[in-house]
This record gives sequence, structure tokens and C-alpha cells, in this order.
Amino acid sequence: MKILVCISRTPDTTAKIAFTDNNTKFATDGVQWIINPYDEWYALVRAIELKEKDASVTLHLINVGNADTEPIIRKALALGGDEAIRVNTDIQDPFFIASQIAHVAKEGGYDLIMTGKETIDHNGSSIGAMVAELLDTNYISLATKLDIESGKALVSREIEGGEEIAESPLPLTLSCQKGMAEARIPNMRGIMAARTKPLKVVEPVQSDCYTETINFLLPPPKAGVKLIPADNPELLVKLLREEAKVI
Amino acid sequence: MSVLIYTEHQDGKFKKNSLEAISYGVTLANQSGAAAFALVVGNTTASLSDLGKYGVNKVFHVAADHAHLSDTKFMSALIAQVATEQNITTTVFSNTLSAKGIAPRVAVRLKAGMIAGAVALPDLSNGFAVKKNVFSGKAVTDIKVLTTNKVITLNANAFEIKETGGSAEVVNLNISLPSSTITIKAVNKTAGEIPLAEAERVISGGRGLKGPENWGMIEELAKLTGAATACSRAVADAHWRPHHEHVGQTGLAVSPNLYFAVGISGAIQHLAGVNRSKTIVVINKDPEAPFFKAADYGIVGDAFEVMPKIIQAVKDLG
Ligand SMILES: Cc1cc2nc3c(=O)[nH]c(=O)nc-3n(C[C@H](O)[C@H](O)[C@H](O)COP(=O)(O)OP(=O)(O)OC[C@H]3O[C@@H](n4cnc5c(N)ncnc54)[C@H](O)[C@@H]3O)c2cc1C
Ligand SMILES: Nc1ncnc2c1ncn2[C@@H]1O[C@H](COP(=O)(O)O)[C@@H](O)[C@H]1O
Repeated sequence: MKILVCISRTPDTTAKIAFTDNNTKFATDGVQWIINPYDEWYALVRAIELKEKDASVTLHLINVGNADTEPIIRKALALGGDEAIRVNTDIQDPFFIASQIAHVAKEGGYDLIMTGKETIDHNGSSIGAMVAELLDTNYISLATKLDIESGKALVSREIEGGEEIAESPLPLTLSCQKGMAEARIPNMRGIMAARTKPLKVVEPVQSDCYTETINFLLPPPKAGVKLIPADNPELLVKLLREEAKVI
Repeated sequence: MSVLIYTEHQDGKFKKNSLEAISYGVTLANQSGAAAFALVVGNTTASLSDLGKYGVNKVFHVAADHAHLSDTKFMSALIAQVATEQNITTTVFSNTLSAKGIAPRVAVRLKAGMIAGAVALPDLSNGFAVKKNVFSGKAVTDIKVLTTNKVITLNANAFEIKETGGSAEVVNLNISLPSSTITIKAVNKTAGEIPLAEAERVISGGRGLKGPENWGMIEELAKLTGAATACSRAVADAHWRPHHEHVGQTGLAVSPNLYFAVGISGAIQHLAGVNRSKTIVVINKDPEAPFFKAADYGIVGDAFEVMPKIIQAVKDLG
């Protein structure tokens, strides 16, 4: 079985969010970059677990991005995986990224393509489904469990007010979230091994962009908290009813 | 030019978030003098013509096996076919858990640029630009759609439901249905609770509550105010509460009218999932807790003393 895990690079969760160039670009000065948490903790670690259970599994990672993303690709390889592919391009709109992933996936003939639930910078939650459509595979989003049994995928996924357990033939594309696996920290052996694992750089294929980012805006700051004395919580309830009108 | 709104239903009712999407789609259609249609797939006891009171001109209905509604390949083929046959340019979804799997596929099929999680109507003054949240709620961006066809998923609670009165013509469509290869093995519902993603009010607890045995006051206040319950990641990780209640950067992002946080410090990753809430209330015994900076109302105090009094005061409201 061949698995492809899609890895994206995002600012650290505590990074200061600010913009430059007339609010058209994210200010990267001093920003620490990480593997998008959903891609790392859930998609990648679950894929590694599947490989640990079945040594015949081939596990490849893919990132669409320029050379700046290589440190996080090496970090991902330190957790596990046989090799990584980087599609050498600045990131553009989601359809463009999905087209690049789909192209590599088609060439490689993968049985399972795993993404994170969403990127924590773009919050699209859409690239996995676009890849699935381009490949014409089944797609299951927001998976919380994945097992492969006699060539079929058994997946639990979150639905409103519960969970659904579905069985799908392979190939399958799925997006992963909490529940899939427990986060891991790379060990020294992994870090050393990652240095010599293949990181192939391929050039992008031609693809349209369907959208364009115009600018960014920071939300207006809050007016400030109205503090209510601890011995008068009744006042809070009154304010929530009469002023905020929320209860 | 027309607008199609995919309308979800559950237990014989249209979903509230889908009604928001209808109001959004109808308002958008009115701005450009176009027609708005609702699309309902699968069987429901809800009255389809009633959707007219939210302003749609027609309701398209496609009969389908309930089990297929969660098959993204099946659903996207179906919706894209309806959109093509009915000359739709903009297809609107509520950004629900199920739409996340379907809408991007529809966008690819229709060669449409997609806005995932719109928070406002498109600005048509210079093309078609839509606001959406990015950086987990810490910023907003304007994204221009460059294609003729468009797909928009609308965030929950981002647009008000508008009732204009009226009734819509119901048109049953005969679509040659694609085949499905997904088998649903089981559906496990957490009965009786208000789904967090749709909730207008959320009462949430953190590690300050000391242990799962103290969640009674969170649940009681939630029940009294018709709210859903949520928690911080620290609480879900400690298995005090189920995973699906975890909100924040790596959990669910919510934007209710009221987010009521008890014993939660307000770490930046927590705030990322709740900072779009209209009114935030924080109960914390530490005046330096970072959550107070993001709050509208706060009480510096011990939750175990304050909460019973709040619950009593809400009961007294009647
Ligand atoms: C990559 C990454 C992603 C993360 N994603 C998330 C996420 O999605 N969601 C999330 O929540 N966290 C997330 N976290 C964790 C986050 O950083 C915090 O550790 C977590 O939110 C803390 O949970 P808490 O507020 O319940 O606990 P604590 O930080 O321990 O806070 C408990 C609070 O309770 C108060 N308190 C104690 N006793 C009382 C009392 N008797 N009455 C009133 N108040 C009391 C204390 O003053 C304190 O402020 C993430 C972290 C990382 C690194
Ligand atoms: N540039 C990228 N390279 C590889 N995978 C990506 C990239 N961007 C997003 N992904 C994958 O697609 C998922 C969903 O992204 P998004 O639609 O932006 O929320 C992420 O969790 C990743 O697994």
C-alpha cells in the first residue's frame, strides 16, 4: 500500500499576526514555522502507525512550497516516512495547491492520501476534497479513526452531534483530526535518519488560480472588559439579559 | 446568474445554519436581480414550499437514499449537475461539517473559485470579493473570486435569518444519480445535546474546574440558557470531557452570540477558536488571566462560589 501525506507549513500557534506591504502580505519577521498541527499530529502520525503495523507500506510526504519549507519537511521526515516530495512554487490559491498535489498523487499511484483537517493559517478545510475530486476518489473529511482491513478503509468521522463509521474502497482521500493518533516528538535516531532520506524537488505543473487574496485586516480591538464584583454575580446576569441581550 | 443554496435537513427540520445560508443567498441574488433557488436532497417531513418564506423562488428536490447524503463524491456530482442544468453561477452552502467534504468538490467540478467560511456578503464593487477569517480568527482577509462560477460556504451565525413571507414552488428533479461505493456501518449520536457548531450560546469549562465531577454547574447553566457545552484542550486531553467539546485552534472554532468561559486561562490557542463570539464572559479567580483581555464581561472570583449564584439568578429571571 502507498500512502501520501500532505504537509503544510504554518506560523507557530503563538506567532504574532501582523501584515506588511499595505496589508497584503503576512509579516514573517521573527515568525517560527511549524508543521501544520493537524497534518503532523493526526495525518502523519497515523500514517506512521499504519507503516509500523505493516512494513510493506510505502509512506511519502508532499509539500507544495518554496525552499523555505524544507526545514519543516525534514522535521516531518524525522517523525517517519520514506521520502518527501516538494513541489517547488510559491503557494497560491487552494485550487492551485490541490492541482499540484493531485498531479503528484496520480503519477505515484497512491492508495491513501491523507491531509490535515485544515491549515491553521488559511483555514480552508478544502484542499483534501479538491484533491479527491481531481483524482475522482472517495473523500471522507474530519476523520477521527482510520483502519485498513482487507484492502478497505474503515473510517470514523465527526458529524453534527455524533460520529459516523464508514467503509470505503481504496484509493481514498481523507482529512484527519483529533482522535486519529497521539502527537509524537521526533527522537535522535529519527532526526539523524531524516538527513539522508530523499527529498525530491519537482517543478509545478501548469494550473489556473481561481481566487486571489486582496488584503488582510486585523479585527478591531475589544472595547475592554466590564468587570463585575464577585459578590454581585446577579448583576452579570442582568447585564447579559438587558445590555448584551444574549440570554 | 442564479444562486443555488444547498439546504440541509435533519430529523424533519431544516438546519438553522442552512436557513442562514438561504437568507445570505437570497440577499446576494436580490443585489444582482437574480433568482435564488434552494436545493434539498433526500426525504424529509419538513415542508419544502415553506422555504419560500425566506425568499427563494423555487425549491428543487432530489430524492436520494439517506445514507448517500454523506458520500461526498455522490453529493458533489449531484449538486454540480443541478447547478449546471439550472444555470447557476453561485452555489451557497452553510459551512457545516458535511459541507466541508462536499463544497470543494463541487467547486472543482464547476471550475469555480471557492470561499471557504465567508463571514459577509460579497463586495461587488470591484469584481466579487468576500471576507473570510484566517489565522484561526486572528485576522480577516478579502478574497477575490476570479471565475464566473462561484462556491461559497457561509460560517455559522455570520448572517441573520430573514423571513419575508411567501411560499415557493417545489420542483422535483430527476437526476441520473451517480453510484456510491461508501457503506455506512454505524451512526452514533450523542443524544439530546445541542450541537456545538450550531449553538447560539456556549458554556465552557477549563482546568480551573478541578475535575469532571464538577461539570454539573456547567451543564445546569447550559440547560437553563439553551446552550451547548464546550471545554479547553487541557480538559479534553485529561479525558474529563469528550473530544468533540474541545474548542480552539486545534479543536472546533465557534462563533456563538454568547461564549461563557469558566476556569479557562485564555491561552492564545484557545482564543483562536472563540474570539469571533459576539459576547464573551469570563469567570476566573486570577485577575491576570489573559482571557480577561478578550472578554466583554468578567468576574474575578472562585467559580465554585460564583457559579451557583449565577445559576440561581438565571432561574430567577424565569
Ligand atoms: C499547538 C498548540 C495547540 C493548542 N490548541 C489548543 C486548543 O485548540 N484549545 C485549547 O483550549 N488549548 C489549546 N492549546 C493549549 C493551550 O495552550 C492551554 O494549555 C490550554 O488552553 C489551557 O487550558 P485551561 O485554560 O483549561 O487550563 P489552565 O491554563 O490550567 O487554566 C486554568 C485557569 O483556571 C483558573 N482557575 C483555577 N481555579 C479556579 C477557580 N476555583 N475558579 C475560577 N478560576 C479558576 C486559573 O486561574 C487558570 O486561569 C494548544 C497548545 C498548543 C501548543
Ligand atoms: N502547501 C501545501 N502543501 C501540501 N499540503 C497542503 C498545503 N496546503 C494545505 N495542504 C494540506 O491540505 C490540508 C487542508 O488545507 P486547507 O484547505 O488550507 O485548510 C492541510 O491540512 C494539509 O494537509
